[in-house]
Amino acid sequence: MTGVVPGGREPLLRVTGLSVVFDGFRAIDGVDLTVAEGELRFLIGPNGAGKTTLIDVVTGLTRPTEGTVHFAGRTLNGLREHQVVRRGVGRTFQTAVVFEELTVEENVDLAASFRMRLPALLRRRKGRSDEVAAVLDRAGLLALAERPAGVLSHGQRQWLEIAMLLAQRPRLLLLDEPVAGMSRDERERTGELLVEIAREHTVVVVEHDMEFVRTYASAVTVLHEGRVLTEGDMASVQADPRVQEVYLGRSRDTRAAEPVGADADAGREREGVA
Amino acid sequence: MRRLREAADAVASAAVRWRGPVVFVAVALLLLVAAPAALSPFRLELLAKYLCFAIAALGIGLAWGKGGMLTLGQGVFFGLGGYAMAMHLKLAEAGPGQLPDFMVWSGVETLPAVWEPFRQPWFALLMVVVLPGVTAFLLGLLVFGRRVRGAYFAILTQALAAAFVIWLVGQQGLTGGTNGLTNFTSFFGLDLADENDQRVLYSVVAVVLGLLYLAFRQVVASRFGRLLVAVRDGEDRVRFLGYDPALVKTVAFTLSAISAGIAGALFVPVVGIISPALLGVVPSLEFVFAVAVGGRYTLAGAVLGAVLLNYGKTTFSEHYANGWLYLQGTLFIAVMAYAPKGVIGVAGQVRDFVAARRGRAAPAVVPPARVEEGAAA
Repeated sequence: MTGVVPGGREPLLRVTGLSVVFDGFRAIDGVDLTVAEGELRFLIGPNGAGKTTLIDVVTGLTRPTEGTVHFAGRTLNGLREHQVVRRGVGRTFQTAVVFEELTVEENVDLAASFRMRLPALLRRRKGRSDEVAAVLDRAGLLALAERPAGVLSHGQRQWLEIAMLLAQRPRLLLLDEPVAGMSRDERERTGELLVEIAREHTVVVVEHDMEFVRTYASAVTVLHEGRVLTEGDMASVQADPRVQEVYLGRSRDTRAAEPVGADADAGREREGVA
Repeated sequence: MRRLREAADAVASAAVRWRGPVVFVAVALLLLVAAPAALSPFRLELLAKYLCFAIAALGIGLAWGKGGMLTLGQGVFFGLGGYAMAMHLKLAEAGPGQLPDFMVWSGVETLPAVWEPFRQPWFALLMVVVLPGVTAFLLGLLVFGRRVRGAYFAILTQALAAAFVIWLVGQQGLTGGTNGLTNFTSFFGLDLADENDQRVLYSVVAVVLGLLYLAFRQVVASRFGRLLVAVRDGEDRVRFLGYDPALVKTVAFTLSAISAGIAGALFVPVVGIISPALLGVVPSLEFVFAVAVGGRYTLAGAVLGAVLLNYGKTTFSEHYANGWLYLQGTLFIAVMAYAPKGVIGVAGQVRDFVAARRGRAAPAVVPPARVEEGAAA
């Protein structure tokens, strides 16, 4: 579960001794993390735990103060965002950013075409490539392919982002809160999409929605105040008193005052960890 | 009923598909056949000048309209192309081993080394493209690589235009200083005083505009064109698609500089002068004004704006010499406030407005699905 494959093979992603300091605030404080090829890993933790910052560092958006990021045996330190993508690391954003004036299909097509050289880019797109069609189909956006992305709903935008990510054919996918703001139905669809993607890809998901994590996560890393609190499978993480404390810490006192039984369970359900 | 509607749809979609080519051919006939037949040599020469500005406008449409780069220094590239052409024409006129007239007047005794290769026509033509292109490319790499954008980029290009003019003025013996380069009598075998040859020159300008329009259309319609729009709307997101936005912008900026250079090179024989006063901050701004008024989001709008505004400037100035500046300013504000897509976008705006009004009223009466069922029955 820590990402080290029994054969001793190098993990796909290895983050060592990582620290990020913003104006004296340690957003990340000595994090070590390894993700093995083929793994589906969830990063959870309360607000401000450093989950998104960690993804930002891996993808070159934020420079680390200390520590190294290794991907597929080579360091990513110092690379710019598009160079990290070219190494095979792709990501989505909490608030999906798609190109509203381009059609859904054009959005995906651009994501699929970044390996082209300039002369090839200067040619017109002829029809829809099989690859783009497959990705659109998988994300359930085939019927909307020719609509401008600006007309999509919030949930559809997230799926378009995932479709764009898939079209890049990355070796590692980093999804930042893919179900934030989604309806129950949309969350379910996203979960199914995620499971399907994880069959063929290495995926790291930052997630806040504990119900979603419980349903789909097997391996979980818990971050708290910029450090790794614990790692393991969902059951052991849930049982860890430290995890319960960081999630429920502030409400412990009030909970003590509540009657023991069904109400307390319901309270915990609301807080996120059961 | 349904068959009728399908036929109407087919006609409508064919109309949409063929509208562009039909308009293009119509405008080409108008410019190449009707205009030379109908206009006096004086008016035709003015039209040729407007078309030169339209060539530069194509580049602004690409860089600003599609790429979001507000370039206020196109005069620099217009000037580089213009001077490259003018240097050749001056040398061709002076004859082998002779100095251009203005150098003699300035007391220059030997031809400066940078002038020498411009005796060759092929070198001069190459430089018309290479000088603005390479300048813009290097500038783009430097500026966009450091993520300078928006107003900062606009101010930087404007400063460049100011600096370029100051430098030109200071090099009396090299560039003709404030007077610039003028007194051209021939252009690659065309006699610039002859009316027939003037018509040929006009046609050359119109054809170059047409070819560049098609080339830029291709760029806009290509994946690169889509990418450019993506960079305009979300530069930071584009990085995570694996592209370097700096490179995308640099290429578009370079293409826009090349179009300005070609425009400047054709402007020289058409108007008969290239001088710092034509390239500074104000003329550079006027390039952009024209594109804004015509409609920056389409190349056709940019071309239309350049022709309309320069036509307006000539016509208006003929009657009220000082009024043009005020009218231009008012026009610019009106377009920014009420028609951000420019003159060419007004039709679409009106259509959207009507559709929105009708859309608000229609569902209350009969939902579209009902209409469909009714027609099937």
